Amino acid sequence: MKTVMQQSKEKNDLIFGIKRAIPIVFGYIPVGFAMGVTASNTGLTPFETGLMSVFVYAGSAQFVAIDMIRSNASFIAIIITTFLVNLRHLLFSASLAPHFQHIKQKLIFIISFFITDESFAVSITDAEQGSLSHSYYLGLYITAYLSWILSTVIGAAFGNLIPDTKALGFDFALPGMFLALLCMQLKNIKFIFVSLISGLLSIILIYLMPGNWNVILAAVIAAVIGVFIDDED
Amino acid sequence: MRTSLSYLYLVLTMGFVTYLLRMLPATLLSKKKIPKLFVKFLKFIPAAVLSALLFQGVFIYGGRLNISFYNPLLVASIIAFPIAYKTKNMFATVLAGMGIVMLFNYII
Repeated sequence: MKTVMQQSKEKNDLIFGIKRAIPIVFGYIPVGFAMGVTASNTGLTPFETGLMSVFVYAGSAQFVAIDMIRSNASFIAIIITTFLVNLRHLLFSASLAPHFQHIKQKLIFIISFFITDESFAVSITDAEQGSLSHSYYLGLYITAYLSWILSTVIGAAFGNLIPDTKALGFDFALPGMFLALLCMQLKNIKFIFVSLISGLLSIILIYLMPGNWNVILAAVIAAVIGVFIDDED
Repeated sequence: MRTSLSYLYLVLTMGFVTYLLRMLPATLLSKKKIPKLFVKFLKFIPAAVLSALLFQGVFIYGGRLNISFYNPLLVASIIAFPIAYKTKNMFATVLAGMGIVMLFNYII
């Protein structure tokens, strides 16, 4: 049985979580809409676009997958790319683990599904301020999740009504998202160095090999270089 | 990748792979430790992947390498960079950059 105090904390945490999702929702609307438009231009229906958002729920991976579908990449190449693009979630999940200690294991199985760059960034900040119940995570994560699904489906459904999305600057939505997320990663000179190596390699590798392997190879090589120059424990 | 069934299979597999990455450390890590060297490697993966995607998305314009002020995505990135770096805000960065590209397309 839950005490009255526990119930009231859970309710407060739920409302707090939903409130903290607001900036994420505002971020997801234009990016999700642009994702939907891109998906629609590639030939995906709003239903197919929504399906991907429901099951994958990872902005950059979805953009990249759609780009690869367009260029007729193989199934295995898309899966491996998804794995590598989303590899960072291992770190997010690992960083959140200590904050999940008081949460029931079966709830962690559910909550961890919703970890994204943005939901992680907000929740790790809040969790470091004090212990939060599962209600907070569900409130924050599911609000963000629903806004992503909705904005991608709306983008796919009504994107065709906009004659020229390029003129409206939609082709910057993806690079813009990467740019903002990258800036959050540039903690010191080593990260800046690794980023520059990876960025330059990704361009050079396009001209050296066929397929969509340039991003994967560039990132792995740059991260290995990062390990060698990193002197922290 | 054209038929519905193969598409469903694709998104389910993508979702499964992504879910494993999100779920496994949170559920297991409190009990086990990953090798230090691998942690170091993983630490650089987000920045490296994001940078590779950014460079590819910005410098390749219209299907080829375009390092000039006639590349609206490059111009937008250069102007949006300080906004992104200062605010760390995806919303502000994306909207500002989209506004710059819109203005660019209107002028040129």
